[in-house]
Amino acid sequence: TLAERTNLAGVRHILLVLSGKGGVGKSTLSTELALALRNAGKRVGILDVDLCGPSIPRMLRVQDSAVHQCDSGWVPVFVGQDKAIALMSIGFLLERPDDAVVWRGPKKNALIKQFVTDVAWGDLDFLIVDTPPGTSDEHISTVEALRPHQLLGAVLVTTPQAVSVGDVRRELTFCRKAGLQILGIVENMSGFVCPHCSECTNIFSKGGGEELAKHAGVPFLGCVPLDPQLSQSLEEGKDFIQEFPKSSAFPALTHIAQQILDTLQRSS
Amino acid sequence: MPQPGAVRGRRGRAGPGSEGGGSGGTVRARCGLGGRAEVAELRARLRAVRHTVLVLSGKGGVGKSTFSALLAHGLAADETKQVALLDIDICGPSIPKMMGLEGEQVHQSGSGWSPVYVEENLGVMSVGFLLSSPDDAVIWRGPKKNGLIKQFLRDVDWGEVDYLIVDTPPGTSDEHLSIVQYLSATHIDGAVIVTTPQEVSLQDVRKEINFCRKVKLPIIGVVENMSGFVCPKCKNESQIFPPTTGGAEKMCQNLSVSLLGKVPLDPQIGKSCDRGQSFLAEAPESPATLSYRNIIQRIQEYCEHHHLQEEKIIVSSVLSSDSP
Repeated sequence: TLAERTNLAGVRHILLVLSGKGGVGKSTLSTELALALRNAGKRVGILDVDLCGPSIPRMLRVQDSAVHQCDSGWVPVFVGQDKAIALMSIGFLLERPDDAVVWRGPKKNALIKQFVTDVAWGDLDFLIVDTPPGTSDEHISTVEALRPHQLLGAVLVTTPQAVSVGDVRRELTFCRKAGLQILGIVENMSGFVCPHCSECTNIFSKGGGEELAKHAGVPFLGCVPLDPQLSQSLEEGKDFIQEFPKSSAFPALTHIAQQILDTLQRSS
Repeated sequence: MPQPGAVRGRRGRAGPGSEGGGSGGTVRARCGLGGRAEVAELRARLRAVRHTVLVLSGKGGVGKSTFSALLAHGLAADETKQVALLDIDICGPSIPKMMGLEGEQVHQSGSGWSPVYVEENLGVMSVGFLLSSPDDAVIWRGPKKNGLIKQFLRDVDWGEVDYLIVDTPPGTSDEHLSIVQYLSATHIDGAVIVTTPQEVSLQDVRKEINFCRKVKLPIIGVVENMSGFVCPKCKNESQIFPPTTGGAEKMCQNLSVSLLGKVPLDPQIGKSCDRGQSFLAEAPESPATLSYRNIIQRIQEYCEHHHLQEEKIIVSSVLSSDSP
């Protein structure tokens, strides 16, 4: 339809952030990646399709924002000092943040389709799509709804241990079946440096992400360490956007963003 | 089919809409528990299950499966008890790996599907056992997932079970609605809800508590996992997942639910899980083991007490009906 062509027509690249495993840091990483890409001068939007657990509004301190409509559809919420990152999440549509979205698949699918076709994104270099864990309704519907528009890239997130890697292997299969361009794997929560004595402990083991990338023949984008100060600022209303560049995770994220930019440059 | 227009049109605010709340009768009809015969079938199959505990979260990656596995091991340490662990995380089945059962397959017999046994008194069922390769993805929409969950309950020959533990995926969706609806054919003692200390988890867990209340599922209590990390070198404690809004303790106070316990981060936990071994057996001296054991005991006590209460009610109603 004309509306569909208009709303995503100005978006150059769409990146899905996937895992298969819950709690590995997809939402955190989606936000960090958006900030890193913004830092590299790109125009960025974030679409949060985790209907049961929409984390991103709170991370960017906009959980109390309302969303408005314009002629072409929903207007995203703009975040950051320069209000340069566009965000859409079901979090904005809940009357009370403790309300559970207890929906079965068909209802979720309908909302996802709406998100994709009815948000007035404008011109973006990157639209980052944060997903819930798994390979089910949200994932199938998101890919289906996005399919007519762009070549879709996928970034897979895992933590180092085998239990996570086990789920991410299945997500890789999903990506292949869905025809997504696999940009690579990120190993998150990869090591914790004790702030008191600087000893590094591999709390969630180490190396699983890199091994998986090798085994599956996909790029390994890098390791991101656990940084409790970053977790704290994500939580507390400290400005994550200000705090992020000082974090030990920042260099790793910048490097990941650069690799993604390079890959997409090479393929276009 | 839901109306997409229901979300549009109001100035940004839409109610969440629940498909799981309300009376048991409405809920049953919706999920496709096709009539009395099916209910009767499930009831018959699950008649020999004494206690059922659901392990929930809302948030992913907080340690539900780890906890379910350790709860199963902990309860099965008493050899007189028969324990069953059912993994209904269809997309991300972690239980086979954690129980050291990767690569096992399900066998059929005249009486149904056989669970895979870790010990004589500890049987496990998971979609993981139905997949032929670790790369196989289960890319199913809700209705198909529900069908498999129903099959797990109806076709698995659990036998006599003292404790049925059900491990769930994160979220509040098909799997959760379905398991509550299918198990209404029998009875659920309650739910154990797992969280980590930080607000991003608690946010989702509050929703899960709301879900439990909506579907009238009793809450046994909350477990706070990854609650602090002690550096093995300098022994100082760090809050890797800081409880900036008071952690599970404050949330439990606010919502009047029980805090069953807090479990610290121990790198050995992940290692034991990866190797399919029981962390409780491999690290008996760890503070995390002590916490887990206390929590498991509290859950046992809740179930036994509950059972006694129910028996009292049955006995007194029998007695009163006998009286002239």
